Amino acid sequence: MKRSDEFPQASRRTVLRSGSALAACMVLAVRPAKATPDEMKAAIHKVIGEATIQTGKVHLDVPPLVENGNTVAISVSVESPMNAASRVKTIHLFNEKNPQPNVASFHLGPRAGRAEVATRIRLADTQTVIAIAELSDGSFWQDSAEVIVTLAACVENM
Amino acid sequence: MARALINVPAKAKPGEVIAIKTLMSHIMETGFRHSSTGDAIPRDIITSFVCSYDGAEVFRADLYPAISANPYLTFFTTATKSGPMTFEWRGDNGFVAKETAEIVVE
Repeated sequence: MKRSDEFPQASRRTVLRSGSALAACMVLAVRPAKATPDEMKAAIHKVIGEATIQTGKVHLDVPPLVENGNTVAISVSVESPMNAASRVKTIHLFNEKNPQPNVASFHLGPRAGRAEVATRIRLADTQTVIAIAELSDGSFWQDSAEVIVTLAACVENM
Repeated sequence: MARALINVPAKAKPGEVIAIKTLMSHIMETGFRHSSTGDAIPRDIITSFVCSYDGAEVFRADLYPAISANPYLTFFTTATKSGPMTFEWRGDNGFVAKETAEIVVE
């Protein structure tokens, strides 16, 4: 039997190579609905552009361990005099591993008085949450917090 | 009809910084879930919230599916004069809800 005639190209090397390519395709196809830290970086880049983010001023308050990722109480406060000369314009919230990296953006008016917001969010996995504040002088400040989630939200079936 | 809870202090002094708490009843369906038959459940969320007071927008929020069901928001503003505060939620499928709350500033 002339096997080499039936599969003229199928050397061991090409079979392995095509096999690994197929495996790569399958990994792409079954990629779970999760944002990656890279997607979060891209989402942050979309908001801040080429500016650099400094650490500090922002205080992100979120429990370090949450049982239920469907409602995680979160509050962000920013040290700022909040007057006409210097105030916080926007507070953005991002996460690493939910299906979408954006959580919320809060736009504070000139009369806000205090740069503090609180809400409840969903977290699909144990991950890092980042709060970024945009000040009226154009600078960006951030704080991050690691949250351990035991019951994930967002993607569970009904 | 959508139900909202709004907590605004009834009285405030001029220049006082007041906390405003709002809660809107809404399922905030993420669009990432599937039903028991395997069909994707379409997204149905509130995408924006605006609070206006004394002729200006004092607070605005862009919301994404990562906000929990029944979106709850706390924020601050400076009491300037007596009058209504208006709150507006907008979302998918033409969802619009408007509420007002009165505040006395003296």
